[in-house]
This record gives sequence, structure tokens and C-alpha cells, in this order.
Amino acid sequence: MVAELEIPALDKPYQVLTHEGHLVDEPPTLSSDKLIELHRHMLATRLFSDKIIALQRQGRAGTFGSLTGQEATAVGLSAPLKPQDWLTTSYREAGCFLVRGVSYRDLLYYFKGYPPDSTHTKTNSLPIQIVIATQMLHATGLAMGAKVKGDDAVALGICGDGATSEGDFNESLNFAGVYKAPAILAVTNNGWAISLPRRKQSAAQTLALRGAGFGIPAYLVDGNDVLAVYKVMEQAVARARAGEGPSLIETITYRMGAHTTADDPNRYMPKEDLEYWRQRDPIDRFRKYLFERQLLDEAGERAMLETIEREINEAVDYVEAKTKPTPDLIFDITFEQPTPRMQQQREEMRRELRDKGLL
Amino acid sequence: MTILEATNQTPGAKPAPRLTMIEAINQSLRIEMERDGRVVMIGEDIGKNGGVFRVTDGLQARFGENRVFDAPLAESGIIGTALGMAVYGLRPIAEIQFAGFMYVSFNQLVSQAARMRFRSGGMFTVPMVIRAPYGGGVRTPELHSDSLEGALLQTPGLKVVVPSNPYDAKGLLAAAIEDPDPVVFFENIKLYRSFKQEVPEERYVIPLGKASVVQEGSDISIFTYGAMVSVVLQAAKQVAEEKGASIEVVDLRTTWPLDEETIVNSVTKTGRAIVVHEAPKAGGIGAEISAIINENCLYSLLKPVVRVTGYDTPFPPPQLEDLYLPTPTRVAWAIVATLED
Repeated sequence: MVAELEIPALDKPYQVLTHEGHLVDEPPTLSSDKLIELHRHMLATRLFSDKIIALQRQGRAGTFGSLTGQEATAVGLSAPLKPQDWLTTSYREAGCFLVRGVSYRDLLYYFKGYPPDSTHTKTNSLPIQIVIATQMLHATGLAMGAKVKGDDAVALGICGDGATSEGDFNESLNFAGVYKAPAILAVTNNGWAISLPRRKQSAAQTLALRGAGFGIPAYLVDGNDVLAVYKVMEQAVARARAGEGPSLIETITYRMGAHTTADDPNRYMPKEDLEYWRQRDPIDRFRKYLFERQLLDEAGERAMLETIEREINEAVDYVEAKTKPTPDLIFDITFEQPTPRMQQQREEMRRELRDKGLL
Repeated sequence: MTILEATNQTPGAKPAPRLTMIEAINQSLRIEMERDGRVVMIGEDIGKNGGVFRVTDGLQARFGENRVFDAPLAESGIIGTALGMAVYGLRPIAEIQFAGFMYVSFNQLVSQAARMRFRSGGMFTVPMVIRAPYGGGVRTPELHSDSLEGALLQTPGLKVVVPSNPYDAKGLLAAAIEDPDPVVFFENIKLYRSFKQEVPEERYVIPLGKASVVQEGSDISIFTYGAMVSVVLQAAKQVAEEKGASIEVVDLRTTWPLDEETIVNSVTKTGRAIVVHEAPKAGGIGAEISAIINENCLYSLLKPVVRVTGYDTPFPPPQLEDLYLPTPTRVAWAIVATLED
């Protein structure tokens, strides 16, 4: 089984598959359909990410933080969740939302600059968090809520390595530990917080070490090994469901792109690092595994890619044709009932909309 | 305090028990927790200790540790986890031990709790209450006396309630707890035990956003809330006796959203207005009310609107605080000056 982290830190992240695609430990018990689905989710995540960047370059989408290179972490963390579970995460986890069932349409709509749309509620996925680490406390609170109600639900909070410096990250671990909340708090350590490398974020050897300080089990995992992430997450979820409390997971991965579409990593990211991590691409690794076991072949993967691409393009067409809300939507979503003054302000805005022929 | 007591008698009923504001809030919390299993509480020292002011006395013993959480010492953690519980479907009440300790939790309060409905396009809501003692006059150490309602004027998505007496505190808290959006509930420390008032034992609700005309008058309107209500009433009584003036006193009860209708109606009638609060003057409730008057009934004004407030300095150390807080003397001077032709 997966070893719990003990002081001193494990110096080697837990692996099931080496980067050459060889098994070094027992894989999680998954049907071949489920294994192929993990691969499909990773491919969809990468294609979707590339698509939004392309749209952004054409002025058809807003700022976007790509998760290229981190697909195994996003998919491995979110795939073991059940429908009643909750997800809170930052802006670099589009893959988690896709796995949860948030639609391409809704995500695209959001990245075009509109409020998030309905599949978030249906999938218990809080909207993308912008302020670093705040979502980790929400995950702990959601897990506390499940515990108060006696529900069979857990909450997964995901943040990056930079977020571990924030107070809220540490408070979320502490509260989860004290209340034995069914929370899984995961750090996607992709090596960078915009331009700041991981070693300048914390003097600690690993971020997973933080778990010991809060009295909660922690795991250090190869974040580019989808089977390892899945297996560790599955174990953490089982612990949470059994009432044994929270877990901390640190996945080691690499941000193979810019921080966002507004960033230029050439200013700070060493080229040789990129080359090193390209050799460890999470999708290539899992493909080798699937091909070797003849669970998938090139033709099968090509068909899969074509389907995903078609679905994404359909979503782009749908969202671009979709009726957009008028700006006075803002008065309906501040409070359940707009205040009398907000009703006046809505009239003020509508007057301008009418004046500009927009209403 | 006689005027306040007289206004809240329940006609025809046998006299209700007389409670301090602490007892009234404690009773309200107990009633709301009994009637709604979704109501939970989280805060520092609120369990066995009953809170540093004993507002939550006996509630953990009654409802258990699964509904009354003694929180680790982290204000952001308290509001952030309460938010998570609210989204999950509970009705959390977070206690921040002193309003002055809320600064550290402003991110969770302002960028998260206040905005969750908005930033999720209306999909997720945060029906929670954040209770915090505030206000000066009882010789507390630094940052135990700050008033934050002015700062919370620029934080869309929050409602802010400041009761001035035990009766209102009970009914306003019930409204805050059942409100579908986050409500900050500031409890004045000096009022906690300063007087008792008849408080009916049964549940009642005082709607948010509605001011109370504590004393009707025709010559001048005074808008205030919290501990300043009794200061204003003392000053009004003195000036009424000395000058024979008819003074209207409005207890705002909710500082956001403000009851603009009551404010405008009152000033349209009297033509003179004063705002009194212990928070600093700059950009505060007084400034907002002055602007409301300006926008809606400027031509009814016979004299400029006057603000009698805390000064634009940090809240002073305990031995220097008395003349920072508006006194009946300062308020009376302002009334007399504003009444002059």
C-alpha cells in the first residue's frame, strides 16, 4: 500500500508507473473502460486547454491559465470522487471540472468572461477560485458540513505550491485536522508560482511535510503518474468516508506552459527544465502503459481525439451563438432580492442600454 | 433608558422577563438552534466558556460539539469554514471575538462570503451570520473597540446590522439567521450589560433594512445606531427641555442596506439632520446618509447636515477613549447649532 509520509520526508514521490511506463507497484483496481476513461479525460484536458489559448490569441476568450503537463494530477485527484462529493479549486484545474462533469460549454462561457453556468451546481464544484488558497478553507468547511449532517460526502480542495505560503492553506489543514473533517487537501506542486520557483516558496524539503505539523497523514506522489495519483486519492477518500479524517496530498508535476496567457515564462523558466519534463509527459507515460497492454491503440486514440475535438468545437459554436445576459444581471445576483437602491441603479443602467440601442 | 423601554412594550401582555442584551442574544441563538437543525456556530471560546462575554453560554452543553464548534484561533479559518458549511446547506453563525480582529479575515468575508452568490452567477449562496462585539467605552485593550460598519459600506453582498437594545437584538438576530445572504451582526460591548429590557420569551423577527423611529419630532432628525442611540436620546432630552425643540431620533438598526425611505421622509419633514456614530467620520455611515439627503431632499434642508462621530484617528488607548466617543455634550452642541436660524 501507499506509505504514509513520516519525518524525515520520503525523498522519492510515490510511483506506480515509471516515466517509461513500467509498473513498479500494484496499480489501482480499475476496469479497462475506466483506464481508458482516465486517458480520455487527460486528452480532453489538454485539447481544451490548447483550444482556449488559441481562442484567447484571437480575442475570443479571456485570460487563461493552462494546465498542460499537469493532466495526470487533475484527473487522478478528481476521478475517484463520487457525485455527492465536492470540489473547490483554483484557475489551473479545468481538468478537474471536466472530470466532475462541468461542461465544455460552461467552462468556455466562463473563460469568455461571463459568470459561471449551471453544471457547477449539478457537479458540486465551486466556481474557479482566483484568490490563492481561499478555496482550501471552503473545502474544509464543506467537509465539516457533510460531517454535521452525517452525509456520505467528502470534499476535495486543490491548490498550487505557491498557495502553501498563504495563511488560509495552513488554517484549512488545521481546522480539518481538529474537526476530523472528511476533506482531502491537495497541493499540485508544479514547480512555479508565476515566476517564483518552488525552492524559494518554502525552505521545507517537501510541502507534504506540512501534514505532520497539523497531525494529518500526508502523501508525496508523482503527479505525472495518473495511476499513482488515483491510487493515493482513492485511499485518502476511503479514509475520509470511513470517518478517519483529512489527508494532505502533494503531487510533483510541472507547469509546461506560461502562468497565464498574460505571462512570458522565457523570462524565468530554464529551457533545460522544460526539456526534462517533456520527457516525463503524463499523457505519453500513460499511453505507453495502455498501448503495451493493448487496451488502446493508435487508431483508437485518434478516434478519441477526433471526438473530443468535435465536442469542443461544438461547444465553441454553441457558446459564441448563445444569447448573452444583459449587464443588469449584476443586480440579480448580489443579494437574493435587490435593495431599493439597486433597483434604481438597474433603471439607470437600462436607460444607458436603451440609449445605446442595446435593450 | 425609559424611552426605549416604553417603545417596546407588548400591549396587553403580561410583562416579559427583563433581559440584558447578552441574555437576549443568547435566547435568540437558542431559539433559532432549536427550531432549525441547520443552524450551527463556530468561534473562539464559544463552547464550554460560552464566549468571552458569555453570549453563547450553555449552547454547546445543550446542542453538542457537532453544532457548536470551538474554533482554533484563526479568524480567516472561522469565516472560510463557515462559508463552506453554508454552501453545503447549513446556517452557520461565526463569532469573531472582537470586531477589531476581523481585519485578518477580510479576504474570506469580503472577497468570498460577500461575493459567492455573485461570483457563482447566483448558483451558490452563503446564508451565514458573522457576529462580532464592537465599540468603545469599557476600557478594553487596543483593537477591541473598533467599529467596522463604515469599512463594510464598500463590500457589496453583505448586510450589516447593529442593534441598540436587547429587544431589537433578539428580533434582528432571528432575521439575520434566516436571511438568504451573509449578514454581519455587530454587538456593542458597552450595551451588552448596561441595561435590561422586557424581552418576550417567544420568537419574533424584526426585518432587516428597516429603521425605527425611536422618538418622533418635527424640528430636527438625528440618525444613529448601536450605543449612540442612548447618547443621542440623552442629548435630545436635554435640548428639548432647555430649548423646547421637537427632536426626531431614528435608530437605523441596519447600516447596510440603509432605510433610505425613512431617512428621506424624516428630513423632508424636519429640514435638519445630524448623524451620530462612534466610527471615524471619513467615508462612514454619516457620509453616506449625508449623500442620501443630498440626492433626495436637499431643498428641504434648512441647515447643513452635521456629523458627530469618532475622530479620524485609530481608536485610542483605554485611558484616552472617553472624548473620542461622541458624548451627550457634543451631540447637544450639534443639535443647538443646527436648530439656530
